[in-house]
Amino acid sequence: MNLRSIPGMFVAVLATILIGGSVVFAAEPIKIGGLFAITGPASFLGEPERNTAQMVVDEINAAGGIKGRKLQLIAYDTQGDSTKAKQLVNKLIKNDKVVAIIGPSTTGDTMAVIEDVQRAGIPLVSCAAGSKITEPVKKWVFKTAQNDSLAVEKIFDYLNKKKITKVAILTVSDGFGSSGREQLKANAAKFGIQIVVDDTYNPKDTDMTPQLTKVRSSQAQAIVCWGTNPGPAVVARNVKQLGIKLPLFMSHGVSSKKFIELAGDAAEGIILPSGRVIVSDVLPHHDKQKKSLIAFVKDYQKHFKVEGDHFGGHAWDAVMLLKGAIERGGDKPAAIRDALEKTTNFPGIGGVFNFSTTDHAGLTKDAFVLVEIKKRDWSLVRQPGIE
Amino acid sequence: MPIFDQLTQYLFSGFATGAIYALIGLGFAIIYNATGIINFAQGEFVMLGGMFTLSLLGVAGLPLAMAIPGAILLTTVVGVVFERLAIRPLKSATPLSLVIITIGGSILIRGIAMLGWDKNTHALPGFSGDVPIVVFGASLLPQHLWIFAVTFVVIGGSKLFFNYTISGKAMRACSYNSRAASLIGIDVRRMVLFSFIISSAMGSLAGIIIAPLTMTAYDVGIMLGLKGFCAAIIGGMSSGFGTVLGGLLLGILESLGAGLISSGYKDAIAFVILLLILFIRPQGLFKKAETERV
Repeated sequence: MNLRSIPGMFVAVLATILIGGSVVFAAEPIKIGGLFAITGPASFLGEPERNTAQMVVDEINAAGGIKGRKLQLIAYDTQGDSTKAKQLVNKLIKNDKVVAIIGPSTTGDTMAVIEDVQRAGIPLVSCAAGSKITEPVKKWVFKTAQNDSLAVEKIFDYLNKKKITKVAILTVSDGFGSSGREQLKANAAKFGIQIVVDDTYNPKDTDMTPQLTKVRSSQAQAIVCWGTNPGPAVVARNVKQLGIKLPLFMSHGVSSKKFIELAGDAAEGIILPSGRVIVSDVLPHHDKQKKSLIAFVKDYQKHFKVEGDHFGGHAWDAVMLLKGAIERGGDKPAAIRDALEKTTNFPGIGGVFNFSTTDHAGLTKDAFVLVEIKKRDWSLVRQPGIE
Repeated sequence: MPIFDQLTQYLFSGFATGAIYALIGLGFAIIYNATGIINFAQGEFVMLGGMFTLSLLGVAGLPLAMAIPGAILLTTVVGVVFERLAIRPLKSATPLSLVIITIGGSILIRGIAMLGWDKNTHALPGFSGDVPIVVFGASLLPQHLWIFAVTFVVIGGSKLFFNYTISGKAMRACSYNSRAASLIGIDVRRMVLFSFIISSAMGSLAGIIIAPLTMTAYDVGIMLGLKGFCAAIIGGMSSGFGTVLGGLLLGILESLGAGLISSGYKDAIAFVILLLILFIRPQGLFKKAETERV
């Protein structure tokens, strides 16, 4: 080693310590935890959520952080396993000492960790949809994904306008479908709608013509199908095969281009409630969410080469809601919680959020718009008197 | 007569699904007869048929008429590799351990398919359009006719092969008594390889012709494989009409069950039938009980 270089190295090392140290000293990051089902059966939720959360956090930091302090996201993979979720939430709270948590991705994982965040007093903003997460209201638990019941109300509202009173429902026999089925049945009477056929199919079924044959010979004036891909695409194709002319409604579970690709021409004319992400470019200019939506979709496209979807949107909302709460309340868990609960009129991706002491889900049925599939693309269903 | 229309629709739907089960079931039966093992990777051959066709159409840009033989060829190569690497090296393994190996093989193939392609479901275009045809008040798609025709041809072909060709007869000889077959100069191990070639080609063909109707994904093989296995069991593992009838029976019962009773029980119907037959008539519905001569 060249002896003459030692003083130089010494200076360099000293400088690094001083500069590095002073940076650490000036801005210790605010730690927020993330629990996402990045792998496993629910990875279609967790992966875009994690991607989005990290993307938004990076952007907030690039723009100078929150009041000069950086955000640090510590994200773990629950694999859609509630036992893992429970272990990881404790790791976040006890080892990482986070001030707030985003996620988990699924209703099952969320229900598993509620007990722990309630006890520790750490605010949790879940990205899952189940209405039982925030009903009844739990002090420390909020959520960003829209309730199923809002989608049901949106469809029934439209049926009322069209004077359709008898419907056939066809739901998938998994968690998403049975929750939808419950909500459809629970809300029908309120809208004066009679369910004349109530049938199900299995997630892996490849032929729904028997169920639809039953529907064809019933009194039904419309069909509502509740499921996630690929089942609803099979239903759409079978409806066309059997020559059934009844209007077909789907759930928000298929509001992705994938559904149109799978159902092909059979998708034409299908109406479904959906978050605004997929129609962000055709929304009217006065729409409160338009700015957030366009920003999110473009950003996601830039980073991950695919269009941003609803699921990523749930994480976007969660991070931005927390950011707002930290800006207003500070970096202590209790202060963040109080500020979160006071959030009103926040235009996010999933809808316009209005939290209160009695509502930790914060959305109304206006979080959904009705879209119709026309020429293999989405178009907004204009509804005078609703929009 | 709406109830008549309903019934014909259930029957035709059941017929179409049943034909698919029969094709898959035949693959099970052929390997079972040549080797005495039940190849639980048969469902994965079905999946590979659909997925390879999709890739050859989409990525390689081949026309359908070339993509189909290509996909069958590729699946057959997988079948051969599987036999060479997983079945042949175990010289004196019991049938049970070989069966377990095929289950392992199926999980491996499925895993590779998930990584190699993706986790999404994909649609294939119908071979001759999607305009429904109405027969006796029941609507069918042109693709259903393709399924009927291909099933018919494959079954007829396998019947001729097993009854009238030397290789077919040799394979049957192996199934009756492989030791005696080898004593009269039949290369039993070549026949085993042969049975894998035939059944993987047949499985992939089934996967290809149903993909336009049912769509395809890396994990469609599990359920289709089990249903095909049911069909083969009902038919008593015969590589002929028994399995075909088994498949059709299963398809029609499922469709009638879903239409007239409740669709929630559709898969349950298949598996209850499977269990009943395994308990009561393990030799299959259409076969006389064999007597063991000493």
